Amino acid sequence: MISALLVMTGLALALGAALGAASVLFKTQGDPLVDKIDAILPQTQCGQCGYPGCKPYATAIAGGEADINQCPPGGDEGVRKLADLLGREYKPLNAEHGVEKPKSVAVIDEATCIGCTLCIQACPVDAIVGAAKQMHTIVTDLCTGCELCVPPCPADCIDMVPVAETVETWKWRYPVFDLKPVSTETAAKEAA
Amino acid sequence: MLRKLFSFNGGVKPDPNKGASTREPIARLPLPPQLIIPLHQHIGGTPRPLVKVGDRVLHGQRIGAADGNVSSAVHAPTSGTVVAIEPRLMPHASGLSSMAVVIEPDGQDQRIEREPFDWHAATPGEVRDYLRDAGVVGLGGAVFPSHLKLSPGKAGGTDTLVLNGAECEPFITCDDMLMRSEAEDILRGALVMQKMLAAKQVLVGVEDNKPEAAAALKAAAAALGHASLDVVVVPTRYPAGGAKQLIRVLTGIEVPHGSRSTDFGVQCFNVATALAVWNALEHGEPLTRRIVTVAGNVDRPRNFDVAIGTPIGFVFEHAGLKQDTDKLIMGGPMMGIPLPGVEAPVVKATNCLLASSPALFPPPEPELPCIRCGECARACPADLQPFELYWHSRARNFGRAQEYHLFDCIECGCCAYVCPSHIPLVDYYRYAKSEIWARERDKDAADSARERFEFRNWRAEREKEEKAAKLAARSAAKPAAKPAATDKSPAEGEAAATPAEDPKKALIEAAMARAKAQKEAVAAKNTDTLTPAQQAQVEAAEARRKLAADIVATGSGETTSETATADKPTE
Repeated sequence: MISALLVMTGLALALGAALGAASVLFKTQGDPLVDKIDAILPQTQCGQCGYPGCKPYATAIAGGEADINQCPPGGDEGVRKLADLLGREYKPLNAEHGVEKPKSVAVIDEATCIGCTLCIQACPVDAIVGAAKQMHTIVTDLCTGCELCVPPCPADCIDMVPVAETVETWKWRYPVFDLKPVSTETAAKEAA
Repeated sequence: MLRKLFSFNGGVKPDPNKGASTREPIARLPLPPQLIIPLHQHIGGTPRPLVKVGDRVLHGQRIGAADGNVSSAVHAPTSGTVVAIEPRLMPHASGLSSMAVVIEPDGQDQRIEREPFDWHAATPGEVRDYLRDAGVVGLGGAVFPSHLKLSPGKAGGTDTLVLNGAECEPFITCDDMLMRSEAEDILRGALVMQKMLAAKQVLVGVEDNKPEAAAALKAAAAALGHASLDVVVVPTRYPAGGAKQLIRVLTGIEVPHGSRSTDFGVQCFNVATALAVWNALEHGEPLTRRIVTVAGNVDRPRNFDVAIGTPIGFVFEHAGLKQDTDKLIMGGPMMGIPLPGVEAPVVKATNCLLASSPALFPPPEPELPCIRCGECARACPADLQPFELYWHSRARNFGRAQEYHLFDCIECGCCAYVCPSHIPLVDYYRYAKSEIWARERDKDAADSARERFEFRNWRAEREKEEKAAKLAARSAAKPAAKPAATDKSPAEGEAAATPAEDPKKALIEAAMARAKAQKEAVAAKNTDTLTPAQQAQVEAAEARRKLAADIVATGSGETTSETATADKPTE
C-alpha cells in the first residue's frame, strides 16, 4: 500500500516537473496563429481593412473580430488562403474595403514636389527619400503600393503607376482554355 | 581503352533530322544594317551600358559591364555607331522588350586594341574575372556565366570535366559542325578549363550519330597527346545532351535531388563554351559571334557564324524562308520557344532557328483527358512522375507539385512527346514554375515590407520614449533647482531668477521680430501698386472664382458650368 502510494506520488512529481520544464523551455512567443495569418497577408500596410497595418488585422482575424475578406491587395487568392488556413468558408472580397487592383507603385512628379515631407511621414515602409524643402523620391523596389502617401500630398504630385511586366517577371500562361458556350446564332452560321 | 558506359532511364528517339543542315560547312553571315545587342543575355544581373547614343564603338569593345559577379559582359561584334539604347523586342516567349544597344555597323570592322593578358601567368581568380569581362557564358542554351563554374569545388575538388558535345535535340547541328571544324581549339579550351578546375580527366561526350565530329575530336586529341583527354561516343537517345543525363552516361554518377554535379566532383560544359574560353584567353576575342543552325522550312538549311545582335529575319533571309512558314522557333522542336517576331535579335542562347510549317510540324491534336497510362513516367529522364506534376500544376496546387520535385524537371519534352492524350505537359510545368517564382518574389517583397514596417513602428516608439524621457528629465530638474534657490536669501533668489527668465523672454522676442521681418520680406508686394487694368483683372478673377464656388455648391445650369470648366481647365 505505502509503496504503491510512493510510486504514484513519485510519478506525479516527476511528470509534473517534466511538464513544468517543457512549458518553460518550449514557450511560444505570441500567438502562432497570428503569425501564420500575417504570413498570408500581403504586407502592404495600407489599412484598407480598417486596421493600422497587416499585423493588427491578423490579430483581429485570429481574435474573431474581423472577417477574412477585408484585404483588397491580397485579393481573391488571399481570401482563399485565409479560408484554407482557418477552415472557414470562402467569401468574395468585401467591396466596402476596396477592390483588387493590379500591383502599382507610387511615383512622385519631382518637378511639382514642394518638399513638405508629408508623404514621408505617411509611408509605412520608409520607401520615400527626401528632406524638408528638398525634392522627395520613391524607392520603387521598396514601395508596396499602399497609396497612403497620395492623400496627404498638398501638391497632388504622387501618381500610382501599375508595375509593367518585364522579361524577367513574365509568367507562362495557364495552358487550359476556358470553354465558353457558343451562342445559337454563331453555331447556326457555322453549320450553314 | 574501352570505357564502360552507363545509361539513364527514359528518353525518347525522335527523328534526328540533322542531315539537311550538315551538308555544307559553316558560312559566315554578313553584317546586317543594324545590330540589336540586348544587355541581358545570360543568367544573373543585367549589365550596365558603357556607351552613349552617338558613340563610335569598335569591334570587341565592351558595351555592357557585368553587374556584380553573377553576370557577364556584352561586347560590340563590329565597329560602328550606337544609334539607340532602348527597349527592343527580345527572342523570348513573352514577346516583351528589354534594354538593347543598337549599333549601325560602319563596314570597317575596326578592332579595339587588345589588352595584353598572360593567362598562363595569371591566377585562377584573374582568369575568371577576365572571362566574365569577355562575356563568356554557357552556349548550350542555359547561358550561365562560365566563370562561376570554373572554380574547383569545395568538396574535395573536381574529378572529371565533362565536355558536352552530345547535341541530342533534333534539327540542331551547330555543335556538330563546330566540332568538325574547330576540334583542336575546343580541346585546347577544355584543357584550360581542366587546369582551372584541377580536374583529373576530361571526357568529351559525342552522340554516335555524329561520326565525323567524333573522328575530328579523336584526331585532335591524339595530336594534343594528353592522356587525361578522352573522346567518348555515347548512344543516341534524347536527351543524352542534358547535363545530368550525360554525366550519368559517362561516369555513372546519378546527381540526386537537391545537389549539384560539382558535389560529386563533376563539372559539365558545352563544346562551344570551351572554344569561347580558348578564343577569349588565347586570342583576346570576346564572345560576339556564335554558330546558329537554321533549319526546318527553309530553302537552304545550314549553319551560320552569326554576329550576336543580328535580327532573326536577316538570318532567315539568307537561308530562304519558305512561303508556308507559320511559326518560328528558337531552339529545337522539343525544347524550343516560339519567337514573337523576326525583329528579335540572335542572342548568346540562340543555338538554332527553326522555321515551322503545317507539313513539317502538324498542329497539335486536341488535348484529351489523362488516362493514367504512365507512359510519361517511363519516358522521363529525370525520374519524375510527370502525371502527378501535371495534375497538381493544372489544379494550381503548386506546393504539391514542388513536393514531386517540379524543379528537377529539365523541360525536355519527352513526356509530352509520348503522351497518347496529346497533353502539352511542359506548358503546365513552365506555367507552374513561373507562378512559383512569382510567388517567391512576392513573398520576399512582403517579408522585407514587414521588416521595414516593424522597424518604423519601433523607431516611432523609441522617439516617443526619448521625448518622454527628456520631458521627465526636465521636470525633474526644475523642482531640484527650486529648493536650491530657496536656500539662498530672497534677494539673491530674485536676482538669480530674473537673468534665467530674461534670456528666455529675449529669445522669444527676437524670434518674433525675425518672423515679422521675414513675413514682411516674403509678403507679396505686387498687390500694393496696381494699375486700374490689373485691378479690373483681379476683380474679374475673383468674380469667376465666386461663380465657380456657387456652381460647386448648387450644381446649377449649363451655361454656368461651361464658364466653370473654362475657368479651371486643368481640372
